Formats: sequence, C-alpha cells, structure tokens
Amino acid sequence: MSTAFIALQDVDEARPLVEAAEKDNDGLQLEHHPAMVRMVRDKEIVIRRETVEEITGRDWEPQDIHLVLISVGGNIDEGDDYFRVYWNN
Amino acid sequence: MARMTLKERYHHMTRLGWQPTYQPMEKVYPQATYEGIKVRNWDDWEDPFRMTMEAYWKYQGEKERKLYAIMDSFAQNNGHLNLSDARYVNALKLFLQGVTPLEYQAHRGFARQARQFPGEGASVACHMQSLDELRHTQTQIHTLSHYNKYFDGFHDFTRWHDRVWYLSVPKSFFDDASTAGPFEFIVSVGFSFEFVLTNLLFVPFMSGAAYNGDMSTVTFGFSAQSDESRHMTLGLQAVKFMLEQHEDNVPIVQQWIDKWLWRGYRVLSLVAAMQDYMLPESPMSWKEAWEIYFEENGGALFQDLERYGIRMPDYAPICAAEKDHLSHQVWGILYNHTAAAAFHTWVPDERKMDWLSAKYPDTFDKYYRPRLEYWRELEQKGERYYSQTLPLICQTCQIPMGFTEVANGDPMQVAYRSTEYNGDRYHFCSDPCQAIFEREPEKFVHAWLPPQQIFQGNCGGASLEDVLKWYNIQPGDNLDYAGSPDEQRWLEWKGLAAAREAAE
Repeated sequence: MSTAFIALQDVDEARPLVEAAEKDNDGLQLEHHPAMVRMVRDKEIVIRRETVEEITGRDWEPQDIHLVLISVGGNIDEGDDYFRVYWNN
Repeated sequence: MARMTLKERYHHMTRLGWQPTYQPMEKVYPQATYEGIKVRNWDDWEDPFRMTMEAYWKYQGEKERKLYAIMDSFAQNNGHLNLSDARYVNALKLFLQGVTPLEYQAHRGFARQARQFPGEGASVACHMQSLDELRHTQTQIHTLSHYNKYFDGFHDFTRWHDRVWYLSVPKSFFDDASTAGPFEFIVSVGFSFEFVLTNLLFVPFMSGAAYNGDMSTVTFGFSAQSDESRHMTLGLQAVKFMLEQHEDNVPIVQQWIDKWLWRGYRVLSLVAAMQDYMLPESPMSWKEAWEIYFEENGGALFQDLERYGIRMPDYAPICAAEKDHLSHQVWGILYNHTAAAAFHTWVPDERKMDWLSAKYPDTFDKYYRPRLEYWRELEQKGERYYSQTLPLICQTCQIPMGFTEVANGDPMQVAYRSTEYNGDRYHFCSDPCQAIFEREPEKFVHAWLPPQQIFQGNCGGASLEDVLKWYNIQPGDNLDYAGSPDEQRWLEWKGLAAAREAAE
C-alpha cells in the first residue's frame, strides 16, 4: 500500500480545503497534530476547485494552496480545476 | 480574449531561452555533461506545480506578510516567556547554528545550478528555489534574533558554523554537495534531502515548536515548509527526468541516491537528538517520525521508482535497526562534549525518561536509562562528566564514533571501520560511510576534521580554553543547562528563583 498525504497548516484558510477533500476522497483520514492537519489516503488525494468554491462561496485558485501547504507525500499534478497528489504504484 | 490555462501560462512564462550562436553550447554550459548524465531533450522537463514568476511573487509576498505580522506580535508580547521551558531554546540554537547556514548554502547552490542547466524549465525552477532559500535564511535569522536578546548561544552562529566541531557535520555535508556537479547537487539536495528527508526536519520539529509554545518558530517553519513542497517536487522531477532521458543514467543516479540518503540520514541524527531530548514536550518521537516519513512515504516513493530500475539503498536495514537507538546515542555524544558546544545539554527528568521509555520500549530502559541515571548520580555528587579528550570522528560524516553495531546485533559495541589510502589510515563510523569514502577517496581525504585541526594547531591553541576563544564560545554558551545563565534568567522571569532558593 502506498499512502499519499497532504499536510496543511491548521488555520482558517485551510478548513474549506480539508472539507472539500473529505467530500471528494472516500476513506480520507485526518490526523490532527499541533498546528497541522495531515490528510492521508491510499494512492491519491484530490482537492477540486468546484468543491472548495461551493463550500466558501468564493473563487479559489488551486495554486492558492501554497499559502497553507506544509508538505505532500506523492507526485503532484496541478491543473486549473484541481490539485492532486498521487502514487503510481 | 480567452484566459490562458495554467499549462499555457507555464509554457509562455518559462520557455524563455534561446539557442546561442556566438559560442557553442558546451562552452555556454560547461558543466552539463562531465558527470555522464545524458539528456536527449530538455523540453521534456515540466514543473508539476507549473509555477511562473508572476504567481511566485504573489504567493511569496503573501507568505512574508503573514510571517512578519506574527514575528512582530511574538516580540511585542514577550512570546519567549510562554515557552514550555527554557531548555527548549537549545533546539533553536542548534537550528540556527546548523540549519540556517545550510539554507544560505542552498541559495548559492541553486543559483549555480540555475546557471548550469541548459534546460529552461529546470533553470527557472532552480532560480525560484534559490530565492526561497535566501528567504528562509533571512526569516530564520529575523525570527531567532528575538531569542538572541534573552538567551545565550545565538550571538555568533556563522562563525560557529565554520569552526565548531559538531557543526562540521552539517557544513561538510553541504560542502560535499556544493563541490559536486549540477546533476549530483540536485540529487543530493533536491531529491535526497528535500524529497526524502526534509519532512523529518521540519514537520515534527515545527509541530513540536507549536507544542512548546513557540509561535514564531512554527510560523517560519511552516512558511519555509510550504516552499519545501515545491522543492521536493523539483527534486523528484529532476530524478525522474534523468531516469527517463537515458537508461545509462540509471546506475549513476542510483549511486548518488545511495550516497546522499546516507549522508542526509547521518546529518539528521542531530535532529533525532533534538527532537527526542531537547523538546520538553514532544508530539512525536524520532522513531515515529522516521516510520511515517521515511519508511512509509519513502517506501512508496521507491516503489514508484522501481519501474526505472531504481531500488531502495542496500543499507535501509541499518537505518531500520538504528531507529530505536539513534537519538539516545547522539544525545550521549552531545552530553559528553557540551564543554565545547554553544548550547546546553542535561539529563532528562523522570517524566521525560518515562516518555522515552514508552516510545522506545525495546531499548530505552535496557540500554540508555541506566547510563543517564549514572550521569545524574555523578552530577548529584558534583562530578558532572565532561569528556576531557578529543574524539575520533568519522572521515565521511564527521560525527564522533558513538554509533554501535546495532544492525549486527551488538548494540553495546561501538562500530569502527577503517581503510588505508595512499599510506594513510582513515576511520569511519559505519559501512556506508566507508563505502562513500572508497568511491571518492580523493574528495574525502581533504575533509577538514576538527580534532585533527586542533591537534595540528590550527584552532587557537591546544587547551580547551584556547579553542573556545577561537570558536568565540563565551562563558554561558556552553556546559550543562543546570547552573547556566539561561536557567537563572528563566527562573527569575517565571518567579521561580526565590522558591528554588528557599527549597535549597
């Protein structure tokens, strides 16, 4: 099993991203550490622009994730409408 | 006009190079081929983040504003008084002395590689990383300058980095990387350190800072770490690019990965000690962090790289065996040699020992607790032990001999290896450090080894006093935490000094 992860700062701006990830990734696990929330899932995690915008009612660019991103485990794929971390195995 | 997509913007904003006509390519990029890496087409390079300079300035500016607001607020509110304990500050000293100068070296290194890589995508990504690393240097110095007003051990960190024995461990690591070619440099720093190991430094340590009330360090740490995710991606992308360009690159890259993961792992043994012993409140042990970030995450990475013919380094079982021992052994080394260090060490209290025992059930009570209790006994008799001799250190990683034959089933026997080269004998802490030397002996015979340099008379004199003067380690910077000016001030600030005197 290859575990992908995204670690975000535990701040207000990151909460809609976590909520969106929970909606779009079945079986996503959340680990709460001091000042940090780590999202963990087998193989792949995706954060979709549409889901984040539905939650916040505001525009969101996937590149905005840089403001709250701490670390990732996996390869990165970023487009206009999503931010994805994945393993190929 | 329709808005360009992220991919289109990335291509327009990064493919800005041209074919030189006045000079041949090999003269413009003289370092691009000598390492043996074959590149068919630099245009295959793509940054998965598709970061362009315009977006880069926007995001970095925003991160800086947030960080400086918190730093101001921390200073205005005397944030250092809210720490869990003043012992914690020693982790920051070690960070400023050992890590911050590496950020600066990385800044210089990536600027150099940005110039040397003929591909524009790689060059732009290296430029951004070079700027990031300079930002990290600055924000770390700014943040920690607050501590310099109240604690010892911060005032001359650049000199210490260049001269003091334990700092030759991180310094020699980066000197080794900086004197390699551009492709090896990016495997050493971009891939091995950033992708595989940096999580071990920043993530648990910064989460630990939050746990110990150090809001300003959390913020610079996570602000830096958000750049790291871009750096990790660059490192991984660089390795995949080399592997995809030509099959002849595979054994070269494998050899670099083997070398640099071990070099990085040995440097991080200082972090292991810092995490398990210097943080009064620890959210996670070194072993737990190793299991998540190396074994689980690194394991998935190497499975991904299998398709290219890359395998996990052969010595991974040594690391697996050492995870139960590493932090305890390094703390022992630091404890013994604190007379010549610009931070304090101590024997952990009972509560901390119980935590270590719970986190290391197979090793702590059996091997390390009795030793700490013995040292405590000596202290109580007024005979705090400080080593009076200079240690034998490893020619490759420059750590004093203190690691044991854990992987060979004998945790009580210090591991010694040696080899002869051109009539001289060289000493090592482990098989991988010896193997690294034997691949490039001409490089490592030049290592600047602190004990040898002291014996040769290059460090101010022969006595400890002379060497400390040459280091500019002043009274109060060194020795045990107990009885230090740091401790005295802390007790006064917290209103504990009078109570303690009464108790005594």
